Amino acid sequence: MSRFQINDCLVDQVTEHVYIRDIYGKTLVELGREYPNIVVLDADLTVSTKTNIFGKEFPNRFFTMGVSEQDMMATAAGFALSGKIPFASTFAIFAAGRAWEHVRQSIAFPNLNVKIVATHAGVTVGEDGATHQMLEDIAIMRVLPNMTVIVPADAIETEKVIRTVVNHNGPVYVRLARAKFPTIFKRSYEFEIGKAKILREGKHATIFAIGIMVYEALEAAKILDKEGISACVVNVSTVKPIDVETIIKSASSTGAVVTAEDHNVIGGLGGAISEVLSENYPTPMKRIGMRDRFGTSGDGIQLLEYFGLKAKNIVRAVHKLLEFNSQKRTVVL
Amino acid sequence: MNKSEKNVDALTDIARRVRIDLLKALHRAKSGHTGGSLSSVEVLVSLYFSELRHKPKNPRWEDRDRFVLSKGHGVPALYSVLAHAGYFPIEELMSLRKPGSRLQGHPEYNLEIGIEATTGSLGHGLSAANGMALSARIDGKDIRIYALLSDGELQEGATWEAITTSSYRRLDNLCAIVDRNRFQNDGAMKDIKDIEPVPDKWRAFGWEVESLQDGHDFHSILSAFEKARQTKGKPFVIIANTIKGKGVSIFENQGKYHGVAPTDEELRVALNELGEAA
Repeated sequence: MSRFQINDCLVDQVTEHVYIRDIYGKTLVELGREYPNIVVLDADLTVSTKTNIFGKEFPNRFFTMGVSEQDMMATAAGFALSGKIPFASTFAIFAAGRAWEHVRQSIAFPNLNVKIVATHAGVTVGEDGATHQMLEDIAIMRVLPNMTVIVPADAIETEKVIRTVVNHNGPVYVRLARAKFPTIFKRSYEFEIGKAKILREGKHATIFAIGIMVYEALEAAKILDKEGISACVVNVSTVKPIDVETIIKSASSTGAVVTAEDHNVIGGLGGAISEVLSENYPTPMKRIGMRDRFGTSGDGIQLLEYFGLKAKNIVRAVHKLLEFNSQKRTVVL
Repeated sequence: MNKSEKNVDALTDIARRVRIDLLKALHRAKSGHTGGSLSSVEVLVSLYFSELRHKPKNPRWEDRDRFVLSKGHGVPALYSVLAHAGYFPIEELMSLRKPGSRLQGHPEYNLEIGIEATTGSLGHGLSAANGMALSARIDGKDIRIYALLSDGELQEGATWEAITTSSYRRLDNLCAIVDRNRFQNDGAMKDIKDIEPVPDKWRAFGWEVESLQDGHDFHSILSAFEKARQTKGKPFVIIANTIKGKGVSIFENQGKYHGVAPTDEELRVALNELGEAA
């Protein structure tokens, strides 16, 4: 048993694997009943993004925009300008990639109340391959002023995030994935925009993770624990605005930082944490993620292994950092 | 002279004053889009002084009609019209394109000055207008949405995505206007990437089309708006054949004034032609 505290919002053991986009669809319907001003737009992927569930119950507030992502985003802006709360969904590659300039000019700049919920981000998309595996969306969304960027780690957090963003006035990008995610949180888990959550205390290294990599980070911490290394695990689900205080506090207390994400390390969580630390508390770091490359076809979950996005890769990164830190000490002495 | 003639005379004089003030503002700013501002003046004056139900002193009035300037670069004309309509003081036009000014180089969403949507990047505005039209429909509101597009904007693929949405959704509370001045940044459209036949394209995309031979003639603009209001089950587009740089001889049909402000001498000539001493 670890000597360090484990947050009681975590389940003792993972027993469920859930499609977080299913949770998005279900939550959207529940919110639709509570909020008559929610409208939902989708660009010909309603079955995959699960917005179709909303469409069945609220056909007059559901808009199939066809394969027209740019039009969808600016139409959503028009709804927001008329006092509606539009949710716009499609695959991440199209929501962030294809429609980026529409998001910038028509949504982010005028700071409109549009919720972009993008599914099928990251390599866990699987067999559809590199063209559909969006690995740059966090980078190009978080660079936009006014934009909030959120990456839920499991089904429980997804529901809390969707319920939270409805009451947040401003543009939001929520990044969901295709694959089933292990459910790591109990229902008591609480989400707050802009707050990173320490899931597990530790004194030798900090692992900052998002999305499905939060589970891998927790697994890594268990492995390290057996080796006598205590790793702090932090879920940075709000990548923007990022929780500067928690990041600096944790990094400064451990002196070794690993980031973990199913996204390019350039501009993604790795980039975001680097920015915070290099400006405030430079700390030796390793970034686990896609290293400036595109994906490939394959089973979504197995691709995590293929690209080195597993607990063991995080463990190795921690080892290297601790080694580096000890050598540095030797050199200095 | 009947009532409508009187009305047209009044609009004509407003258009003249709108031109004078937008040219002064552009001259002061030393940059901006002269040609495409002048070509839109009669359409904008018709909208704000006859067609739109709006309250300049209550710009957030919920039941107002909405106007989206999809050709955001033509905003000096819109600012001048809004000022003359009473949204803000005419003197404020002199702050055009200055840091911190409400009158930025391209329009920024700000209901206080009557700007309904942020535009400037082409191919956005009609989609936003669609969203407003759909929203009004959900709410059962009898409000109308207007969007002014440039003809160069018809080269944007996203514009056609929006055009398809309007007709598929049968948005008869929507009226688009194309400022067909036949020039774009690099020159005459026919020399760059011609988009003819414009009316046929809109018709093929399911719109009711009205082509105005003279997009500066108030009679035809007003009667086209009237037709648009009567049309049910379809969105309505007015193709207004206009003259780039209209109203000032030295700017008319001169492609080079697309994105250039008047010099001191050009302003003097322009104001003289428009009946105002510099």
